[in-house]
Amino acid sequence: MEKRVTFKGWKLPLLLIFPQLLISVVFFFYPAGQAIWQSLFIPDPFGLSSQFVGLGNFEFLLSDQYYRASFLTTAIFSILVTVVSMVVALFLAVMADRLIKGAGVYRTLLIWPYAVAPAVAGVLWLFMFNTRVGVVSWYVGLLGYDWNHVLNGGEAMGLVVVASSWGRISYNFLFFFAALQAVPKSVIEAAAIDGARFWRRFFTIVLPLLSPTVFFLLVVNIVYAFFETFGVIHTITSGGPQQSTTILVYKVFSDGFVGQDLGSSAAQSVVLLVLVGALTIVQFKFIEKRVHY
Amino acid sequence: MAQTRQSTQSGMVEKRGRSLWLTHVLMIIGVLVVFFPIWLAFVASTVTQADIVSPPMPLVPGEHFFENYKKALFSGINVPVSTMLINSLIMAIGIALGKIAISLVSAFAIVYFKFPGRTFFFWLIFLTLMLPVEVRIVPTYEVIAGFGMLNSYSGLILPLVASATATFLFRQFFLTIPDELAEAARVDGARPMRFFIDIVIPMSRTNIAALFVILFIYGWNQYLWPLLITTDPEMNTIVMGIKQMFPSGDDFADWPVIMATSILAMIPPVIVVVSMQKLFVRGLVDSEK
Repeated sequence: MEKRVTFKGWKLPLLLIFPQLLISVVFFFYPAGQAIWQSLFIPDPFGLSSQFVGLGNFEFLLSDQYYRASFLTTAIFSILVTVVSMVVALFLAVMADRLIKGAGVYRTLLIWPYAVAPAVAGVLWLFMFNTRVGVVSWYVGLLGYDWNHVLNGGEAMGLVVVASSWGRISYNFLFFFAALQAVPKSVIEAAAIDGARFWRRFFTIVLPLLSPTVFFLLVVNIVYAFFETFGVIHTITSGGPQQSTTILVYKVFSDGFVGQDLGSSAAQSVVLLVLVGALTIVQFKFIEKRVHY
Repeated sequence: MAQTRQSTQSGMVEKRGRSLWLTHVLMIIGVLVVFFPIWLAFVASTVTQADIVSPPMPLVPGEHFFENYKKALFSGINVPVSTMLINSLIMAIGIALGKIAISLVSAFAIVYFKFPGRTFFFWLIFLTLMLPVEVRIVPTYEVIAGFGMLNSYSGLILPLVASATATFLFRQFFLTIPDELAEAARVDGARPMRFFIDIVIPMSRTNIAALFVILFIYGWNQYLWPLLITTDPEMNTIVMGIKQMFPSGDDFADWPVIMATSILAMIPPVIVVVSMQKLFVRGLVDSEK
């Protein structure tokens, strides 16, 4: 789409676009280029010189069992976060949609977690499940279950999944609620007259109408789980125990900053770059669909 | 016939009587479960360390609210929380205003001018969408270190200021502004910047406000970036500073102060989201288009 009426001149527009370009080049393109460049070298331990290794860092990554494990961890983590947060949000949205009065009050209450930073959410959940003082872990202990996410990788994963999903419920709820409100009432009433019960109507009529929203949220939540949950993992588990919650983004950080393995960290950044690129393209495809709907 | 009528009543409406009541109960349970972590943090911020370290801790607030919050705000653990709050506020507002300012002007240039390289620049901005901080952390850190911007507000703000999303949003909106307005401005001999300031900005007010709400929360909730570049506790932001309050060894963490800090860390964004709910929802929907 283009404007019919435009102003003349080229100096002013270049001047206007300059700040954004400057920031993009200095803080986005140059560092991304550096990451690609560094991924081709192995620096010596003193950082004085580096040796060109071509795709050696990538070959090493792909053969590294820890990196492959991290891929799998990321996949499990993102799928769980996406499913948990979407199912809970959809259920709440369906309930809220049934109400004539009061839906607004519930909505106001349910958007709170959106405002809570992932890292703060991590601290809250860590507190509840802390092995020494946690309330939930204490009551679970009364039931005879010995909760210890510091030692048990599965429990650690469960905790970071729940903490990450929790903050995401608000977002998904808002989109589901808006989509539900947009479902034409006449369609539902027609089905009701035909005798279809609530849940049957939901699965045969409402859910298919929601499919654009569902696809959109699937992609957005996967992107969230990949890139925005660093705070949750860093506060709760620091990637442990035995790397069982080390997702890809966390590994770039821990190898680059803690392990000082710059070549590998850069190669991992490049892999992530490709992943984000792919996800962004998918996201745009789906959003186009959503708009056409 | 009678049967059909009956089933229509209970089937179609289902918004009365027991069914409605049940829906409310389920909703309330849902809200309570979602709220529980926040409630527990609040309770922990009003009791003593002794109440917490001998589990189970109480589930109703205690009497040490002022004591804990005073300790957190004015002495903290590494640095007073009030200092971290100010840092977070500067960072969040800086990021939100910075993103809005540079996106407004660049979107104006892209929509209202035809200049060499326009399409190229547009795609360049678009590409930044694919480069979140998380994928370029080490090199971006090196750039900031090279500029001597570690432990500074500009180091906290600048790398997060470029936003393709905001530029797109404003571009979409500018395209809906009637051409007649620009035409009239041109006939009147108004300069482009006059048109921008007198017409375009006032018309974008709601979009700017909605975006501000979203970007403020985005900036406030940043974690990884401040963690990397603020080694000086005086420059810590509150969201990243909480984790720094945990002891590294086997000691007990000072839970009442840490939980008071967590509550303080969520108050500003919660106030923004709840008090500007309409703008927030609009910003959320807009920025995902």
